[in-house]
Amino acid sequence: MTNSSYTAFKTMVHRDFTLAMRNRSEWTNPLFFFFLACSLFPLGIGPEPNTLERIAPGIIWVTALLAAMLSLESIFRSDFEDGSLEQLVLSPYPFTVLVYAKILVHWLVTGIPLMLLSPLLGLILHMPADGIGLLMLSLLIGTPVLSLIGSIGVALTVGLKRGGMLLSLLILPLYIPILIFGAGAVDVGLGGLDASGHFLLMGAILILAFTLSPLATAAALRVSI
Amino acid sequence: MSLNEFFNMGGYAFHVWTSYGLTFVIMALLIILPMQKKKQLTRRIRKTSRRRSET
Amino acid sequence: MWKTILKLTSFRNFYQFSGKLLPWFTAITFILFAIGLYWSLVIAPIDYQQKDSYRILYIHVPAAWMSLFVYIVMATSGAIHLIWKTKLSVVIANSCAPIGAAFTFLALVTGAIWGHPTWGTWWVWDARLTSELVLLFLYIGYMSLYSAIEDRASAARAAAILAIVGVVNIPIIHYSVDWWFTLHQSASISVSKGSSMHPSMYWPLLVMATAFKFYFVMVLMQRARNEILERDQNANWVQELEKEL
Repeated sequence: MTNSSYTAFKTMVHRDFTLAMRNRSEWTNPLFFFFLACSLFPLGIGPEPNTLERIAPGIIWVTALLAAMLSLESIFRSDFEDGSLEQLVLSPYPFTVLVYAKILVHWLVTGIPLMLLSPLLGLILHMPADGIGLLMLSLLIGTPVLSLIGSIGVALTVGLKRGGMLLSLLILPLYIPILIFGAGAVDVGLGGLDASGHFLLMGAILILAFTLSPLATAAALRVSI
Repeated sequence: MSLNEFFNMGGYAFHVWTSYGLTFVIMALLIILPMQKKKQLTRRIRKTSRRRSET
Repeated sequence: MWKTILKLTSFRNFYQFSGKLLPWFTAITFILFAIGLYWSLVIAPIDYQQKDSYRILYIHVPAAWMSLFVYIVMATSGAIHLIWKTKLSVVIANSCAPIGAAFTFLALVTGAIWGHPTWGTWWVWDARLTSELVLLFLYIGYMSLYSAIEDRASAARAAAILAIVGVVNIPIIHYSVDWWFTLHQSASISVSKGSSMHPSMYWPLLVMATAFKFYFVMVLMQRARNEILERDQNANWVQELEKEL
């Protein structure tokens, strides 16, 4: 076993991905929540297609965000509970690299399916077809940010017994910028204007989150254990 | 109804054939997947039965 | 007398009994589908307004009927398990769930595909469609709940309770077109009042519906037999059977 960080990264990705695939409900439950939560809005607000069409991007983004947040527990909890997280912290491999691996798997297993399901939700919320592409692109850029920033919150609360509500309190404020630009990009695009500004800002947030948040997550995990 | 008319379904070919096609695929899967599971189970039972008769 | 009935529902007896029935149901299913499909797609006349697109009816309606019927079978099986603690009823209920979910999914999707040229929209949030969507979630919920609980006996009881609670959705689905103003058309076929459909369209629909019923029993028996083999795999009767499998 070489000491290469890349090997460690690859092994961690492979391990987490295999574990996620074995526990099917771990990645299907967020999707069902996403669908169900989106379905609640037409039932609560009324089925008028014009109303739904106007708020569809916002509804889809908010529920995707909530679904991603609910799924965050899976990044660290089971490893924390059986002690392997402690072992990972103590291992000779750079811990931040391992954190990157875990976040990547979480995004692949949660974020990508959310993005892939969004056209169907756009359809039932009567979103115009031109918006679907924008929606998927905004979620493609946005969901990694959700995983990255979310991992900080989970890392801070993983040691707590009832961390769930506290997690939302910590993370939702941090999610607000990406939500504003993500849903805004779709709204602006549907209105006929140029949405590239929104997408560029989202890209900037992604780069910032990508470079900085795993450092914060790793530090938070060292505190939590 | 000629064969061409049959496939065209009065202009509704996409709708009719997607519906029937999807139904066929799903109902075929509902038959095939249990058949595969049965083979898997049979193999497992054969293995344990062989192990038992050897003890 | 109860003892003999209970003995009839033992895993072994059900397995052997269903083994004899399965080839017959398979053959009848295929024959009925062959007749039904030819009748629906070729012989049945075109609709005055919808032309050929209405032919989706011959898949959509039986799938929707089955989605309701299978749920009732599942909930009844669950109730039987809770009351009499029979094991076969758990197997039946578990086997019903994926089949019912598939039928519900097909009803929803073929309905959407049919709705697109007919009403100009893929989906609308009216009572009939929404309650059918709820039914899909009930099936998925049943399967998720059962697999989430580790102890199999508790899982069976919990899932049975969920199935029974969800039964309230079935009359909602059925009567939704009468109780609410919906885009979906109201019932043209009823057990008591006969049918308002033209016979040339009504009979192929009945054949397809019957084909679906036989299909359901066929795949149900397949799944039930698999689950029985899995649960009883270490039993003597299975080991003896292995030689013939």
